Amino acid sequence: MTTVIKAPGEAAAERAGAGRPDGGAKRGSDGMVLNVFSHGFLALWAVLIVLPLIWLALGSFKTDAQIGGSALSWPANWHLDAFGRAWDKGIGDYFAHTLIVMVFSVPLTMLLGSMAAYVLARYPFAGNRFIYYFFVSGAMFPVFLALVPLFFMVKRFDMLNTYQGLILVYVAYSMPFTVFFMHSFFRTLPAAVHEAAVIDGASHTRIFFQVMVPMAKPGLISVGIFNILGQWNQYILPSVLMQPQTGADPERYLLTQGLIQLQQQQGYATDLPVLFAGVTIAMIPMLVVYLSFQRQIQAGLTSATLK
Amino acid sequence: MSHVAQGRGRGGFIAGFLFAPLALYLTFVIWPYVQTFGYSFTNWSGQSPTFDFVGLDNYAALMKDEVFRGALWHNLLLLVFVPTVTILLALFFAFMVNAGGRGGAGGVQGVRGSAFYKIVYFFPQVLSLAILAVLFGAVYRSDGGGLLNGILTRAGLVDPQKPVEWLNEPKFVLWCLLLVVVWHGVGFYLVLFSAAMQSIPKDIYEAALLDGAGRAQTFFKVTLPLLWDSVQTSAVYLGIAAMDMFVLVSTMTSGQFGGGPDHHSEVMATVLMRNFLYFGKSGYACAMGVVMLALTMILSLVTLRATRRERIEF
Repeated sequence: MTTVIKAPGEAAAERAGAGRPDGGAKRGSDGMVLNVFSHGFLALWAVLIVLPLIWLALGSFKTDAQIGGSALSWPANWHLDAFGRAWDKGIGDYFAHTLIVMVFSVPLTMLLGSMAAYVLARYPFAGNRFIYYFFVSGAMFPVFLALVPLFFMVKRFDMLNTYQGLILVYVAYSMPFTVFFMHSFFRTLPAAVHEAAVIDGASHTRIFFQVMVPMAKPGLISVGIFNILGQWNQYILPSVLMQPQTGADPERYLLTQGLIQLQQQQGYATDLPVLFAGVTIAMIPMLVVYLSFQRQIQAGLTSATLK
Repeated sequence: MSHVAQGRGRGGFIAGFLFAPLALYLTFVIWPYVQTFGYSFTNWSGQSPTFDFVGLDNYAALMKDEVFRGALWHNLLLLVFVPTVTILLALFFAFMVNAGGRGGAGGVQGVRGSAFYKIVYFFPQVLSLAILAVLFGAVYRSDGGGLLNGILTRAGLVDPQKPVEWLNEPKFVLWCLLLVVVWHGVGFYLVLFSAAMQSIPKDIYEAALLDGAGRAQTFFKVTLPLLWDSVQTSAVYLGIAAMDMFVLVSTMTSGQFGGGPDHHSEVMATVLMRNFLYFGKSGYACAMGVVMLALTMILSLVTLRATRRERIEF
């Protein structure tokens, strides 16, 4: 591979113009054609991913008339008004509500999930396999099949439209995957360290928190990312469980719910820049987190699926 | 391992660690699923605490429900097309990224910038469906302000006086939704297949090259068989996603809980939610839930069986 490094598009274009290379070796020309071809398709799909996102973000700087007029108009100015209005319209609150829920639900999911997974992975007892499959089978079913009774279950606990209600439900629905993933992780940890701790006279609980959990950190990170993304993006559960129950009940919409709410309000009062700005605001943290942790996120999500 | 797990207070420890997770899981996950099953044999309205046992009436009514049957048909269409299109595109791109580079003395290699492509392609996966709904609602807008109409108008393919009402056109609406799912999913499965491709030892490719195999041959005879497990898993996951579709349909299409125009984008989940929250027919909605659950399980089993092959160890 002695080729000079060039931008993908440039190199592809040049190669397309050059036609068949002089070498004449079958493999070489085959590779060249394929290279142009593959870069072309890869670049096309990349544009299809990026273009709508950028277009939407640009929309936050346009006026309503511009947005309605032509999709390909360019913002006349770069005022941030729409972002401010979106924040005032509730995006700020929705953000806060989502954070309040996640600050509790994610650590609790990780704690309870790894506790159960640890016991099931490392302590043989009668019924162990049964409980394990019982937990894991929950991952197979779509959430909304349980939605009707779940609504009334949460209602019976008087926890509709409360943070604690939603937190508990999030934790419960994250159990199957967390247990499944951490179970396989705890099984791979060496037994020797555990034995040494037992000989030193450490209690089971102490061994778990001070020996096993630190050793399981890579697994915890993977499944943690999985849970953070899953719970951050959850829409069905909050849209059913977080509706104000009485007139006096304050609105505690989460971000996903709030965006849909904002979209549906567009039917009455057209302020599309606000909607676009709201979506842009909601996308920015995901973009930042994604770009900072993209390797772990990709590895975590895909390994979680394949396990 | 048993000797590890001996020691003082073992039983109490196990019970203590399992209690809270199990209690939560039973209360909020398992019990509601069981109840869905039970309520499906009643005429429960959801509002009143009383209800009568009606046997299989709900299921009989379901069979005759035109809206539900239409929804079932749409789910089946999606079930065929979502996994097929997504997996084919993802495999194609994964092969391009990993083996589309210029061959030579070094054998098969990925294209330059493959890391960049993976980062871009995967990004939609971290966006919530709610964001996708707003984004594509704007892309598919029914006037010149929609991105798709805007581009097609500029290209001269659409008459600016008569822009296409993508989400209001019975012929298009379901396919527009399908494209959103594909847009969202391809990057994820690309990364998944890439990881699997990279775990295939390089010497297998080199041996294939030495034997004079072309790229297409290498792909079909070497890569694909070795990826089969991942393809199978992906088909099941995408199939489950195709049975769901609730968020996109209910937020992007017209009507109470979506499904419009005139039920042309209806899926089972939207019919279920409408019956539950809007018509107050909770028992009936539960029967739909049971049917969906059964279909999902059958689907998973069939996919796993139909695509079963000899597993290749390497």
